[in-house]
Amino acid sequence: MNIRLLTPLRILMSASEVVRHWWAQRLTAVVLIPLSLWFVYSLTTMYSANYETVALWLNNTTNSLLMLFFILSLYYHAVLGLQVVIEDYIESDWQRKSLLLLIKIILSIAALSAVIAIFLIYMEF
Amino acid sequence: MKLVKRPLSPHLQVYKPQLTSVLSIIHRGTGVFLSLGALVLTYWLVSLAVSEDLFNSFHLHTTFWYGKLFLIGFVFSLYYHLANGIRHLFWDIGLGLEISTTYKSGYFTIFISVALTLTTLFIGRVL
Repeated sequence: MNIRLLTPLRILMSASEVVRHWWAQRLTAVVLIPLSLWFVYSLTTMYSANYETVALWLNNTTNSLLMLFFILSLYYHAVLGLQVVIEDYIESDWQRKSLLLLIKIILSIAALSAVIAIFLIYMEF
Repeated sequence: MKLVKRPLSPHLQVYKPQLTSVLSIIHRGTGVFLSLGALVLTYWLVSLAVSEDLFNSFHLHTTFWYGKLFLIGFVFSLYYHLANGIRHLFWDIGLGLEISTTYKSGYFTIFISVALTLTTLFIGRVL
């Protein structure tokens, strides 16, 4: 008998990767709750501040560390979230893979730039 | 092997909009927008590290209408994604999944994110 297989499932991630993705998304989300509240609070005080005020604010060890943690969890959470959106809406396999790779490259470079910037501001004054 | 063209998972085109689905779509939309905001935030940090001139020229953009519009959208997206994200975390531990509760928490999410956005923008003198 000629058994015709159904259209193969396009497996995006292995089972363990799915679990890891799920947990990483939740953990970064929980971490981002206090960090983003701190961030918007900082935004209200820093929005109309001049260069020196902002630089001195970020030169503070606590603020510098909080900004570092905020940026890192933000970018990590962003990659995980964008990955889900891409997997849901982009049908073509190669387009999905290349777009995801592109986003990972761009966001990694951005995250690295932010970390270097935070470090430089901390060392400068 | 040729793949059958199937509709993609969130069937937006065949789905009647309801509060729950609309809020879910906004969650994704704000998430994507916040990723863009992260890049702008990074530029702000980089400008601060590079020079006072670069920082000032960036700061000037944030005071113009388009800069303010972006900031308003960013602050709202952050509060909305935060509030709705907490709603999601409750669902993950199995709380608030009844239809009536999802509607109540949905309306609360809209209310709290708009209220916090306006408060923040006024305190920060953006508006």
